[in-house]
Amino acid sequence: MQEHDLSFVRAELVANQPAPRGQKGFGHWLRRNMFATPFDGVLTVLAVLFIAYSLPPLLNWAFIDAQWTGSDRSFCATVAQGGVQPDGWSGACWAFVGAKFQQFLYGRYPIDERWRVALTGVLFVLLIVPLLVPRAPHKALNAILLFVVFPVVAFFLLVGGWFGLEYVETPLWGGLMVTLVLSFVGIAVSLPLGIVLALGRRSQMPVVKMICVIFIETVRGVPLVTVLFMASVMLPLFLPAGVTFDKFLRALIGVALFASAYMAEVVRGGLQAIPKGQYEGADSLGLGYWQKMGLIVLPQALKLVIPGIVNTFIGLFKDTSLVYIIGMFDLLGAVRQNFSDATWASPQTPMTGLVFAGFVFWCFCFGMSRYSIFMERLLDTGHKR
Amino acid sequence: MASQDTVRDDGVAKASLLYDPKVRGIVVQVLVFVGLFAFVYWIVGNTIENLQRSNISSGFGFLSGRSGFDVATSVIAYDSDSTYGRALVVGLLNTLVVAVLGVFTASIIGFLVGVGRLSRNWLVRKICTVYVEVFRNIPPLLVIFFWYFGVLSVLPLPRDSIGLPFGSYLNSRGFFFPKPIWGEGAWLIGLALLLAIAMIFFVKRRAAARQMATGQQFPVLWTSLGLLLGLPLLAFALTGFPLSFEFPQLSTFNLVGGISVKPEFLALYLALSFYTASFIAEIVRAGILGISKGQTEASYALGLRSGTTLRLVIIPQALRIIIPPLTSQYLNLTKNSSLAIAIGYPDLVAIGGTILNQTGQAIEVVAIWMVVYLGLSLATSVFMNWFNARMALVER
Repeated sequence: MQEHDLSFVRAELVANQPAPRGQKGFGHWLRRNMFATPFDGVLTVLAVLFIAYSLPPLLNWAFIDAQWTGSDRSFCATVAQGGVQPDGWSGACWAFVGAKFQQFLYGRYPIDERWRVALTGVLFVLLIVPLLVPRAPHKALNAILLFVVFPVVAFFLLVGGWFGLEYVETPLWGGLMVTLVLSFVGIAVSLPLGIVLALGRRSQMPVVKMICVIFIETVRGVPLVTVLFMASVMLPLFLPAGVTFDKFLRALIGVALFASAYMAEVVRGGLQAIPKGQYEGADSLGLGYWQKMGLIVLPQALKLVIPGIVNTFIGLFKDTSLVYIIGMFDLLGAVRQNFSDATWASPQTPMTGLVFAGFVFWCFCFGMSRYSIFMERLLDTGHKR
Repeated sequence: MASQDTVRDDGVAKASLLYDPKVRGIVVQVLVFVGLFAFVYWIVGNTIENLQRSNISSGFGFLSGRSGFDVATSVIAYDSDSTYGRALVVGLLNTLVVAVLGVFTASIIGFLVGVGRLSRNWLVRKICTVYVEVFRNIPPLLVIFFWYFGVLSVLPLPRDSIGLPFGSYLNSRGFFFPKPIWGEGAWLIGLALLLAIAMIFFVKRRAAARQMATGQQFPVLWTSLGLLLGLPLLAFALTGFPLSFEFPQLSTFNLVGGISVKPEFLALYLALSFYTASFIAEIVRAGILGISKGQTEASYALGLRSGTTLRLVIIPQALRIIIPPLTSQYLNLTKNSSLAIAIGYPDLVAIGGTILNQTGQAIEVVAIWMVVYLGLSLATSVFMNWFNARMALVER
């Protein structure tokens, strides 16, 4: 009966079959991602209508109808508004941004001295890029250069008054450079201060702990505007007669103290997430408090809270725009100040200026958040609990 | 076993006092305390001296002085003859109004966008992602300026107002809508509404009790909606429709009558809502993603529909993850409302700033700000903690 054996064992694999016609291609993707259910279909139609309604006018305004060149407001105003454009025209006035670009960057910094700001900026980029690229060597030297040497050099370059450089007082500073100086100092001060405050808050010493808790909770409970007001109005009251602080420095102190309270809470989260065994292990090795924290706990804790730290940095960067309220002109302040410039005032100017400022802020913040995601993946050692 | 004798415990080890953690702790604390005390003493001394030199009398007596300035938007009666104290109350109320409305709107937009970012629909997902990434990465002050200078101030002048449905108008002076005027017997409608709410509570309790006892469900939602709409409508009809509207009328320079909402308020309210909503959306998304897929699958396996699954299984669990960060976003919104000063909406900080400039009472005004904002923070967190405790997992 063996010749009637009907069983069949295949010796080789079947060649891969193409996916069924209905399960592949654009049509399938469309069905799956746009029209899976009737409700989904309705949503898709609504979304398409929304895009069709809002995107073309937006593109029109920003690019096609936009005025790219011009020397004064008449280029960006309609005939009825005293300009050259046809009635009903609406477009971005990029000519305004072009004309004011230097001012948006440097504020009222003397024109002949602006190379100093540019040089500081170039130095900053040259130092920070290798620090951010993981493969670049000499990280320790780089960090010392950026956080110790660079601030000193930048101070002499920006303020001047030494080495034959003309003294430039801070009320003349403005624009993007103020935003960047405030954020850099704020970040460089708030991280160490925040770590100290967080350690203080978890300290076993009641007096230290209480002081830290009161500071952190008070600062976190009030808006930055009031802290800035405090720094600008009350700091002079606190100091002996005759001692005056620069307004810019006062704002710096306000911003840095404010950010450090938030940083402290982020770092505390990381410290709490480190298992007790790590602390005890360090103790049993005979390490002192600072060795234990510096060598064992903080490296792990800070790594855990990188997203939180970068979020605080982003918050700080965005918050620098509030110095406008105490009368300083950062990027947003410089843009806002130019709305009332009679040469350029037109109905399109505010929107154009704000879109430009928003785009600059957005690039910095979005870049920071992307870098933090990249860093998080890089440092992920797989020790997930 | 003999080796046990070789280790002898002499009691407390003889260490130098320098290395005794207890002694060190006390020394450090005493040093910190003395340092802080000296610092505060120095500051207070300087302040008193400075105040004496500039002839500013400290204390809160200035609050009863005549303010002499006007406030554009006020919930309670206020004019320039009112006191500084009343001006501050006006500011506080304005802060609260914009904060409460902002929290409400931001929550709605935030939840919608957060759920939208998890939608199966590719287009909806992308639109929501773009929204979140745009608003999260620009300063709130810029969003406020955007609405105020970019959108609201380029609206047409009052004589070319944009007409909207229901007799409302939009122009560069703000948003105008009809003012309802309640006639005689209108209080009965309010009473009916209260009655409806009381009945809903009663129905809900009875329905829950019945379901526990018999397993039979009762359509609570529809009954509640019916009561909520039906009873006031009935009262409205029985009292003979005691409602008329005062429509805004176009006059030479502005619209008169009706209720007007100032552009400053609109700009602040819209900006805070849209800005905070992007953060709330991320919190909601993280909360929903934090619920394991097994929960959904188990719920489907029990035969629950997707809507019911969302309502009874996913959202109650997600809320536990969502509430604590949501609280801090609400607090952020309240604190960000102080940016009102940049566009001239009279909130607590703006009015306090005016008073500070007029009287020079810097310490008192800043103290009032601190107390009020800390109080608001505390009140919000107490309420949210209570809500969180109600929502928290009850483990047996």
